[in-house]
Amino acid sequence: MRPVIPYVTAALLFGLGVYGVLRRRNAVLVLMSVELMLNAVNLILVTADTTARAVLPHSGQVFALFVIVLAAAEIGVGLAIVLQLYRLRATVAVDDVPLTESPDPVGGREPVVLDAEAGR
Amino acid sequence: MTGADVLLLALGAVAVGAGVLVVTTKHLVRAGLYLVVCLGALAGDFLVLSAELVAWVQVLIYVGAVVVLLLFAVMLTRAPIGASDDLDRPGWPAALIGGGAGLGLTALLVDAYRWSTVRLPAAGTAERLGEQIFQSWVLPFEVLSVLLLSALVGAIVLSRPDIGRAAPHRDGTAGDLVDSEPGGRR
Repeated sequence: MRPVIPYVTAALLFGLGVYGVLRRRNAVLVLMSVELMLNAVNLILVTADTTARAVLPHSGQVFALFVIVLAAAEIGVGLAIVLQLYRLRATVAVDDVPLTESPDPVGGREPVVLDAEAGR
Repeated sequence: MTGADVLLLALGAVAVGAGVLVVTTKHLVRAGLYLVVCLGALAGDFLVLSAELVAWVQVLIYVGAVVVLLLFAVMLTRAPIGASDDLDRPGWPAALIGGGAGLGLTALLVDAYRWSTVRLPAAGTAERLGEQIFQSWVLPFEVLSVLLLSALVGAIVLSRPDIGRAAPHRDGTAGDLVDSEPGGRR
């Protein structure tokens, strides 16, 4: 097995993920690009598990499993944030989110009530 | 070139091609479906690299759960069905940084490994991996379970606005508690 093949695959996938995160406006697509990057890291870890002789056997695969769990947690919280953003602003374009708006703690600004919520 | 090399090359080409389509397509739903192809090809890569458990966990969690969640999010945010032109921002810096990261890492790894060969370990069962997880890595494993629980609670708190809004009113200034919310939005 030539380890350079999966390594190059992983490097290209990581570059694609970086490109997608920076290029895409839709927050769901940004999350998909993040998944690409995490999977590139998984491929690196699994390949390194076969090529490198570690003190503890199969550390790479164990770490890949941990990364998969972290990705599951990340996607859950990320999608909750995206859906909340859509509920407040009726858009999921990440460059429409103002970063300098002062937060109001009491929530005086009533969120835009979409008609999807009226049916609940 | 052995059979494993050919398989890795083909699956890698499929994964990279599907990845290109994920970050360039103009259809939101198709991006999710291309992501399935990409993750499935990576699971095949894991199988060839004799990481069977990771491959099946990848299929279960990524292809089964994460992509379904992403498609749900696409539907819940009222994504347009057809092609949409406003998915991208003008992206020379994105191409520069992404291409730089990808090609730089490629150059680094090609320089490190050249065309060397490595013997693949024998295919095994989940037993070896389970021994490692529950002996050497048991503390990170438990910490991860706590993290999953906190992520679950955090997602619930985030997606229910009445939980966060009821808290500032506890001092008695306004009785807008959860139960007295107008319209009964629960």
